Amino acid sequence: MTLVDALPDSSPGSLRRFLQGLPGVDEVGAVGRAAALGTRSIKKDAKAWAIDAAISMVDLTTLEGMDTPGKVRAMCAKALRPDPTDPTTPSVAAVCVYGDLVAVAREAVGDDLHVAAVATAFPSGRASLDVKLMDTREAVAAGADEIDMVIDRGAFLAGEYGMVFDEILAVKDACGPAHLKVILETGELRTLDNVRRASWLAMLGGADFIKTSTGKVSPAATPPVTLVMLEAVRDFHETTGRLIGVKAAGGIRTSKDAIKYLVLVNETVGDSWLTPDLFRFGASTLLNDLLLQRQRLATGHYSGPDYVTID
Amino acid sequence: MPFEYAPAPESRAIVDLESSYGLFIDGAFVDARGGTMFKTVNPATEEVLAEVSEAGADDVDRAVAAARIAYESVWGPMSGRDRAKYLFRIARLIQERSRELAVLESMDNGKPIRESRDVDLPLVAAHFFYHAGWADKLEHAGYGPHPRPLGVAAQVIPWNFPLLMLAWKVAPALACGNTVVLKPAETTPLTALAFADICRQADLPPGVVNILTGAGETGRLLVEHPGVDKVAFTGSTEVGKAIMRSAAGTGKRLTLELGGKAANVVFDDAPIDQAVEGIVNGIFFNQGHVCCAGSRLLLQESIADEVITSLKRRLGTLRLGDPLDKNTDIGAINSSSQLARIDELVKSGEDEGAERWSAPCAIPDRGWWFPPTVFTGVTQAHRIAREEIFGPVLSVLTFRTPDEAVEKANNTPYGLSAGIWTEKGSRILWMAQRLRAGVVWANTFNRFDPASPFGGYKESGFGREGGIQGLGGYLDVEGNR
Repeated sequence: MTLVDALPDSSPGSLRRFLQGLPGVDEVGAVGRAAALGTRSIKKDAKAWAIDAAISMVDLTTLEGMDTPGKVRAMCAKALRPDPTDPTTPSVAAVCVYGDLVAVAREAVGDDLHVAAVATAFPSGRASLDVKLMDTREAVAAGADEIDMVIDRGAFLAGEYGMVFDEILAVKDACGPAHLKVILETGELRTLDNVRRASWLAMLGGADFIKTSTGKVSPAATPPVTLVMLEAVRDFHETTGRLIGVKAAGGIRTSKDAIKYLVLVNETVGDSWLTPDLFRFGASTLLNDLLLQRQRLATGHYSGPDYVTID
Repeated sequence: MPFEYAPAPESRAIVDLESSYGLFIDGAFVDARGGTMFKTVNPATEEVLAEVSEAGADDVDRAVAAARIAYESVWGPMSGRDRAKYLFRIARLIQERSRELAVLESMDNGKPIRESRDVDLPLVAAHFFYHAGWADKLEHAGYGPHPRPLGVAAQVIPWNFPLLMLAWKVAPALACGNTVVLKPAETTPLTALAFADICRQADLPPGVVNILTGAGETGRLLVEHPGVDKVAFTGSTEVGKAIMRSAAGTGKRLTLELGGKAANVVFDDAPIDQAVEGIVNGIFFNQGHVCCAGSRLLLQESIADEVITSLKRRLGTLRLGDPLDKNTDIGAINSSSQLARIDELVKSGEDEGAERWSAPCAIPDRGWWFPPTVFTGVTQAHRIAREEIFGPVLSVLTFRTPDEAVEKANNTPYGLSAGIWTEKGSRILWMAQRLRAGVVWANTFNRFDPASPFGGYKESGFGREGGIQGLGGYLDVEGNR
């Protein structure tokens, strides 16, 4: 890549020239490539491996107005031991909650799991920078070691790349030691060209992970969007040597879908990205389907929804 | 820990192979008069799949006579609406038996099941559905108020897309009211014989479709037969020229779809990741056994290194092996003679100083294989830039300006297809007007649709298959003018 020569400084003009100079994405081609990878047939040992890998990459999530300490504690118990009948089941990567429930989650999981907090006026991101930074600092102080921030999509679509960039820099600074996941909300960015530009913007701003969606906007994660983000991560690594993770969040409910994403990762950036440090699923219902499939592989038959816990 | 895909083979149990096959003449399987048989082999394992009859002069006479009688007594006089019913029936039977046909195609040809299942078979059915729709609407196709069929069509098809090439030939011929005698390639006769069974299942009147198996000599006897009104051939330019000589002065109508050496032109403003996919799909689809393959990659010099790096990385992920494994991307080379031709041309590329790179993939012990290969530093003067290799071998050339791209793309005796990669719409149109190729793809490659005409310029042949234009090859167009 010659991109390394073109890397921007943080001035708005330089950012704009850089982002608009990235190669375009042909939507038909990207959708076709993602669909072709979706026809891979993952069976037997490969499937067993993929299901365990997927479980270990889940950010088990609850982001509802009706969340309570009780609900969060129950989810944390499930995150630690997803299948109480089978101790060989891996635990998930992290629990993901609103900032005010971080302390509850941290107490429940101790140091065994990551605690991710959505911050920066999630999901719309419509608040002043001060409020967003306060939101971030409070979550970190309460015990979050991962922050899932949202970008200002309004500013991005208005072409104010510098403003989005500065906000990411400031939030990254407020995170301190916590890892920063930057949510692009691709369902609102709409075009794959925008997805590629926003991915680069977030990585240049210091993101440790780039994340597709809040889960509050449809469509959330899709294979073509994730493909374009993986390509961006791959190119960023080749340009800068830095490894950035990708989190596909929202709308991934079945094991079959999850495995398609793992194939996408494997054949786009390679299997070194197939670790919870570099790929995550943001999901609430996916885990139970993974557990059902895991039980079926172990026993040879399907159990049923009453054989996995509802927390 | 690496993510290893476990083998996922499609079952062969769905295919019911017989040990030997006769010729399909006048609605029945019959033995060849000469009694000569030849073997058809699975190129991935070198296992003999079946013995097939070699049609001789007597058999060609019988088949052409059966087709003539069927044309004059049944199919020619039949209303378009009734012909359409048969074609729709055939299309539905193909869909119903598509898994069986896809497995059989992959066994006989060596192409990956992913392609036979997701590309070949859906297109085969689509061609019959499309042309079924035309059968009762020919007077609206722009060929005058009463377009007439030609009579008996002799059709000779290649081994790269056996059933799809059959569909391209048989569907328009039957829709227009002609009867056919078709010869599949000697290395891939099995799906054509399965199609004969589908014709019986569809109660197609005897003699409307006749299938003669055999090699080059059978093909020569068929296309030179005086009882034939129309010859349609897809295959090598060399054989095409011989057929054209033999047809001269006979009054036979002729369409030829021959070789190609397509340029795939990538500009510096192209969507690079999708262009890389398009390059892969352009030359490594069906092991490069594609007449319209994008075998010459023309890269704008300013992005050449970047694209070649991306391309090599992508080729490293291609999975070569068992064609019946659902995760295989690159299957077997169809025959040992084709492999020898690829080897010979690749050696010439090395000898002439081009730089060879082959994807690092394990080659199975049995069968015929060739790894995806890229030559850089190729110039217009290299043999690998001029001759059709018909294998998974890409020649990379560079250009500086759009004019130079057009000049280099057109500087070939062939003219079947071309590809353009740029995000600039005006450049696509500018290029498409100047490229002398029958098909020009923009920001995609190797896309086919029965509604879109396909065919060549120059030594890539003449006549079109598919679309309204393709109907003209099977109608008495001159008589209406």
